Amino acid sequence: MLHLSINGSPHDIDVDPDTPLLWAIREWVGLTGTKYGCGIAQCGVCTVHVDGVATRSCSFPVSAAVGTQIITIEGLAAKDHLTKIQQAWLDNDVPQCGYCQSGMIMAVAALLKEKPTPTDADIDKAITNICRCGTYQQIREAIHAAAKASGSGL
Amino acid sequence: MNDMTILNRRSFIIGVVAAGSGLALGLDIPFGPDSAHALEAGPEVTAWVVIKPDDTVVIRIARSEMGQGTMTGLAQLVAEELECDWSKVTTEFPTPGQNLARGRPWGNFFTAGSRGIRESQDYVRKGGATARTMLIEAAADEWKVPAVECSAANSVITHGPSGRTTTFGKVADAAAKIVPPKEVLLKDPKDWKIVGKPLKRLDTAPKLTGQHIFSIDLKLPGMLLAAIKDCPVFGGTLKSFDAAKVMGMKGVRNVVQVGNSAVAVVADHWWEAKVALDALPIEWDEGDNAKVSTASIAEFLKGGLDAELAFVGNENGSAKQAIAIAAKKVQAVYAYPYQHHATMEPMNATALYTADKCEVWTATQNGEAALAATAEAAGLPVPKCDVYKMPLGGGFGRRTANDYVVQAVAIAKQMPGIPVKLIWSREEDMTHGRYHPTTQAKMVGAFDADNNLTALHMRISGQSIIAYVAPQGLQNGKDPAVFQGLNPAGPEGQFGYTIPNLLIDHAMRNPHVPPHFWRGVNCNQNAIYVECFMDELAHAVGQDPLEFRRKLLVNSPKHLAVLNAVAERAGWGKPAPRGIYRGLAQHMGFGSYVAACAEVSVSDRGALKVHRIVAATDPGHAVNPALIERQIAGSFSYGLSALLYGECTVKDGRIEQENFDTYNVLRIDEMPKVEAIVMPSGGFWGGVGEPTIFVAAPAVLNAIFAATGKRIRQFPLKDQTLRTA
Repeated sequence: MLHLSINGSPHDIDVDPDTPLLWAIREWVGLTGTKYGCGIAQCGVCTVHVDGVATRSCSFPVSAAVGTQIITIEGLAAKDHLTKIQQAWLDNDVPQCGYCQSGMIMAVAALLKEKPTPTDADIDKAITNICRCGTYQQIREAIHAAAKASGSGL
Repeated sequence: MNDMTILNRRSFIIGVVAAGSGLALGLDIPFGPDSAHALEAGPEVTAWVVIKPDDTVVIRIARSEMGQGTMTGLAQLVAEELECDWSKVTTEFPTPGQNLARGRPWGNFFTAGSRGIRESQDYVRKGGATARTMLIEAAADEWKVPAVECSAANSVITHGPSGRTTTFGKVADAAAKIVPPKEVLLKDPKDWKIVGKPLKRLDTAPKLTGQHIFSIDLKLPGMLLAAIKDCPVFGGTLKSFDAAKVMGMKGVRNVVQVGNSAVAVVADHWWEAKVALDALPIEWDEGDNAKVSTASIAEFLKGGLDAELAFVGNENGSAKQAIAIAAKKVQAVYAYPYQHHATMEPMNATALYTADKCEVWTATQNGEAALAATAEAAGLPVPKCDVYKMPLGGGFGRRTANDYVVQAVAIAKQMPGIPVKLIWSREEDMTHGRYHPTTQAKMVGAFDADNNLTALHMRISGQSIIAYVAPQGLQNGKDPAVFQGLNPAGPEGQFGYTIPNLLIDHAMRNPHVPPHFWRGVNCNQNAIYVECFMDELAHAVGQDPLEFRRKLLVNSPKHLAVLNAVAERAGWGKPAPRGIYRGLAQHMGFGSYVAACAEVSVSDRGALKVHRIVAATDPGHAVNPALIERQIAGSFSYGLSALLYGECTVKDGRIEQENFDTYNVLRIDEMPKVEAIVMPSGGFWGGVGEPTIFVAAPAVLNAIFAATGKRIRQFPLKDQTLRTA
């Protein structure tokens, strides 16, 4: 039995310790907002926060997450609210198919925490997630919009 | 899986509307207490429109939504004629089984070829107009006034003379009982209020919080998970596997053969299935295809470039004769590689088989074909099967094939009564794709002594998608789709240039790697071949590429208009910023006219940067300009990924690239600024999802030539050096 803290809630799960955190989150805990895309930390659709750090959960063993605070897309915003990133995504109509957007938003949340007003170069360097629909132009606009939005936090 | 969470109510409204009565029922699968009454009852006014007492308008969508926005666009078309309040619109997907049972009231479900809107706009608008007429009549009946004195706007019906009003929700029950009118008049486009407006998508919010349930996210009670390996060589078979070696592993429930070429492990969780599958001893019979390589395929295709026999796609005059007597001749050979769709959501499907029923939940672009595939794989009559269409994590043409559906059903059939979700690993996905076909082209142009272009011969050699996907669609052996964008006329791609002697022909050469529709399909390579060679021809006679094209497009005003639009916006002919070079391309296909001007720089060390793309499209009617702009930007992301990185190589009969580390794609740092010009000229309906991708690669390649003097004729660019020094 491994003990995880996900979005502030405790979860005891019977899982092989080598299992990637992604599959523990999706199949043992049942939170499917975090996606499977490549399994080798290339595409970023599985991005979650482990103690505040954007982490590609497909290549992160669940055993290493024990004792950490894990935040997934489902836990990014307070209940019934959107973060200013999610609001900017909504205002800019960013997603197309939407499959990559959980990971994108989690990656951007980590970026904005570190750099509240990122430049285009900062975005290019930090956001290496893949979107095959090609929403990059809207993502860039929405990141700048979120950075400009008033209020503290994400 | 033991860990069920409460199901998202919205996700199970997909395809659960009962036939006939107009009453909506839940699926007969136990989804838990919250979903027993997934849909509130509401009268169906027409097959396309359900209106609830609270005035909520449910618009039925037959085509698949994979990010392209068709769902929102189709809803706009229905809502426009319905005269409903847009803020009260929701959507749902009827199932292919319901469509069949009711005599196909929703028409074709196929969602590819940028057809979602252009080929259903007429009947969905009529569905909305019919419903409006019935709602008005119901109100008039209730008021005992002539219907012609009543009108509808914003879901409110008004009786002009008396000023009385009612709402759609109040008369929907009565309207549902009215005999639909045989004929309805559709609005003049100039009167549109909802169509043509840059409205927000209807499906954004749940995609921001992880609540959007994709096919891969589906949960059913008692569901097991499956991982699969198909023979790595296309056409090979499964020889043997040793299930006993893995049956004792954690979570493993079963190891099953799938068809004659694959084996799957079924487990409590997918990761357990994958770990066991990786440990499973498997022997393949790879067959003769194991000898095939990228080099042998290239050699095979090369033989077609000068072959005697070829299918003619477009011909006027006598190109060969004109070339023989030309004052000047220009020749070049181009080649286009295999490419993978790489949808972000790997292929997956969930199947539940019992002795008298088979149900499938999956992301498909081809619902009705998925239903047929389900029935065949289950060995059950079609009416005993159904397919519930789930949101797609990307399609791009890949999900028009149903190979993964067939596999899921084959697995479920061996475990009756247990829902099994099959998920392909990314490695399985990338090595068992349906690939962008590979072709080569030999281009020969001829000039007279005054540098007038007198002839063009374009010989395509290579793979036919139709020969693989739908051989019954061949015309005396010819694949007409090979000539997309090169045809004498027609929506599937009219060749815009007027050339006195023209011959475009195809020597079919079909390697064993399965080809398929891939965003842009054959226009991708055809536009490169034609538009890069047009640049070569212009250069050969010292003419400006824009002026050279303009002269040849004299009889193609729509082609010319988009080309002129991008040239003007980009400032063609005016000095570019220092170090920036421009390239042009135009093409027509999927009913739309497109052009692009690319601005690039190439460093001394050969590093390419695409700075800016100006892209124009004339799709006839623009249902939602904001979504079209997004499709245009997205098409350049997809098209530039293909140009820069897209290549699946073949070694020992199998695809070498297994994941994004060896099959790279564009990321945000390489995404150019895309300026979209949406210029609908009216009078026709063209597609949007694909067309602008055609001009992505040739515009950039022509700009690279302007920057470096280098003609790149083999792709992708990652394998080429742009270094000039």
